[in-house]
Amino acid sequence: MSATSPPPSPADGRRMELQVPRRSRWEEFWRLFRRNRLAVGGMIIFILFFGVATAGLFLTAGTQPIFDPALVRLQEKLRPPLARPHVDSLGAQEVPPLGVYLLGTDELGRDVFARMLQGAWVSLTVGFVAVGIAVFIGIFMGGMAGYFGQEFIRIGHLLWAVAVIAGAALLFSGIVAVGLLVGAGGVAGLVHNLTPKRISGRTQRSWGGAVLAQNAMRVDTLIMRFVDIMLCFPSFFLILTVVALLPPSIYNIMIVIGLTSWMGAARFVRAEFLALREQDFVAAARALGLGNFRIIFRHMMPNAIAPVLVSATIGIATAILTEAGLSFLGFGVPPPHATWGNILSDGRQFIFDAPWLTFIPGLAILIVVLAFNLFGDGLRDVLNPKLRERHA
Amino acid sequence: MTFLTRSDILLAVQDLSVHFRSEDQVARAVEGVSFDVQRQETVCLVGESGCGKTVSALTILGLIPQPPGEIAGGRILFDGRNLLDCREDEMQKIRGNRIAMVFQEPLTSLNPVFTIGDQIAEALETHADLTSAQRVERCVQLLDDVGIPSPRERLADYPHQLSGGQRQRVMIAMALACHPELVIADEPTTALDVTVQAQILRLFRALQQSHAMAVLYITHDLGVVSVIADRVYVMYAGIIVEQGLRAHIFDAARHPYTQDLLEALPTRSKRGRRLYSIPGAVPNPAAKPPGCPFHPRCRYAIPTCGQQPPGMCDYGDGHRARCPVLFDGGPSHWGQETLTGKV
Repeated sequence: MSATSPPPSPADGRRMELQVPRRSRWEEFWRLFRRNRLAVGGMIIFILFFGVATAGLFLTAGTQPIFDPALVRLQEKLRPPLARPHVDSLGAQEVPPLGVYLLGTDELGRDVFARMLQGAWVSLTVGFVAVGIAVFIGIFMGGMAGYFGQEFIRIGHLLWAVAVIAGAALLFSGIVAVGLLVGAGGVAGLVHNLTPKRISGRTQRSWGGAVLAQNAMRVDTLIMRFVDIMLCFPSFFLILTVVALLPPSIYNIMIVIGLTSWMGAARFVRAEFLALREQDFVAAARALGLGNFRIIFRHMMPNAIAPVLVSATIGIATAILTEAGLSFLGFGVPPPHATWGNILSDGRQFIFDAPWLTFIPGLAILIVVLAFNLFGDGLRDVLNPKLRERHA
Repeated sequence: MTFLTRSDILLAVQDLSVHFRSEDQVARAVEGVSFDVQRQETVCLVGESGCGKTVSALTILGLIPQPPGEIAGGRILFDGRNLLDCREDEMQKIRGNRIAMVFQEPLTSLNPVFTIGDQIAEALETHADLTSAQRVERCVQLLDDVGIPSPRERLADYPHQLSGGQRQRVMIAMALACHPELVIADEPTTALDVTVQAQILRLFRALQQSHAMAVLYITHDLGVVSVIADRVYVMYAGIIVEQGLRAHIFDAARHPYTQDLLEALPTRSKRGRRLYSIPGAVPNPAAKPPGCPFHPRCRYAIPTCGQQPPGMCDYGDGHRARCPVLFDGGPSHWGQETLTGKV
């Protein structure tokens, strides 16, 4: 404040405080992201793949699709890429719309380009839905462990809850009578256990830590040990087992991949939450009178989402690979529908006569997975300030 | 207290004790602290780091994590209602609405991913029934109140685009959003440089008058206290050692700790001389010395100091100090009131 300044008013900061250059977060992200050429390339391929898969859905679906992936032309089998069709031997409907077999034909004379288009949508949805499920479960579990981790849960309640879940599972798998019995028993047990607890809430506290420690465990311990157990499973074989038991369907595969790959996201979110809940702005939010729900989802989640986003991007690549692997082994999407995995699998018998049948889907998987990984790496560099120096 | 009428008291903390339990020891962070804040008054809570100032403030808002924290006793009467008996949902209606808090670190107390407009509006969303257009208008007005230039444009700014002083102004705007009756300011100027500190203090003064609110100002800086306080409570190791009007503390300090603090304060008359520093360190709250907690560092200490807890000695007009050694106006105060007794 200079000596000539007028009497102090709340507005006297106008001249004093420096303006920081204005640049929004997104501009800043984009500026940093642009420096990493590989990541930008990955992002472009990612967008292209998204466009192709979406276009493929519309171009290959319906009764009269433009590119018919199921059209069999036995006289045109195993034509190489860019081969011209023998127009005189084909019906008007059977000529490929581009005038050439862009990626060749397979052993039944089906257009590989049309089949790749159809398969792209499968890969895309498998990737996104599976990772969506995984991220959702991961955020929920990690958030619970990170935010409410120091609360105790009584083992009695836990057992009854397990009974409820087991009952529901039995009901779904068709064992109705036993399922109903177990489920209803679990619900009854929970209700019975929870009701008197509210009335005698104060007396239980005075029993002291010893009793509490014996029949209760921390929410954090419960969830993170469950994560450890899930990580012990060789998940590909778990998926194989489940897929073998369930009816073959693309949705079952998405769900199973999702249910076996949420652990990474849960660990990330928990770690972020443990750090965030000690932050001053969380305390400030509580001092503003905000509820737990609002603090978790509005204040903490946006700050914790960066590593999850990165792992999700890479997780999509893994899910696409897993689906391709399952299809290759014959456990994936049922045959008439094309996926990159089963094109690869079918082409394997003709690898010397028609190498493009294995080469093209293989290359497509390679490029998409690589693009996702590069994109994810680039995102991580931008979102994690500690790693920024590398590309600076 | 002679100068207080009962109805003017907005907040009365009575005999509050807060302990923190770890594996094998109990840290008595706050032990039998009593103070009150009148409506529209600025009360300062002064003391060294770790003396229980912040714990007292967080306890008022019910923000002490339990466990490990534990409220071992006392009452916090806010407008006649004991906050310690309130349920969590009742406390949420009071926090930010009737009692607001300004934190020490403006750098980390704002959420980096939201614009300041969103963050100020959040308190309004939670506590007030306004349309979004009304909220924006209120935010603009609040930012103007706290002296942010061109407030309408700044609403869309992120915290990292503001300087430290501006961020603290935003924090204050957030605290003021719902017209609280009491603002608890926990060292709001500690992280700022001296020039900005003076601006913020003036801002507090001006806002307190224009908004007719009470301020509980927590600080370790007696220089700040001399600028803004109406009344002062000096804390040491979880107890209040001296209380009184600002003039009592600065002109006629009766407790050796307050006297030492004042002597350690740099002033113009001490120019060129080495500043006094109180020997020793603040006791560990898990292992406090018996008797008066200050006696190991006290220049007037007598053997009794280490044996009996000192009582409050009344110097009249609301001025009290917890040091019977320096008190000559009446019967001895040793052990008359225990540390957790009434003030």
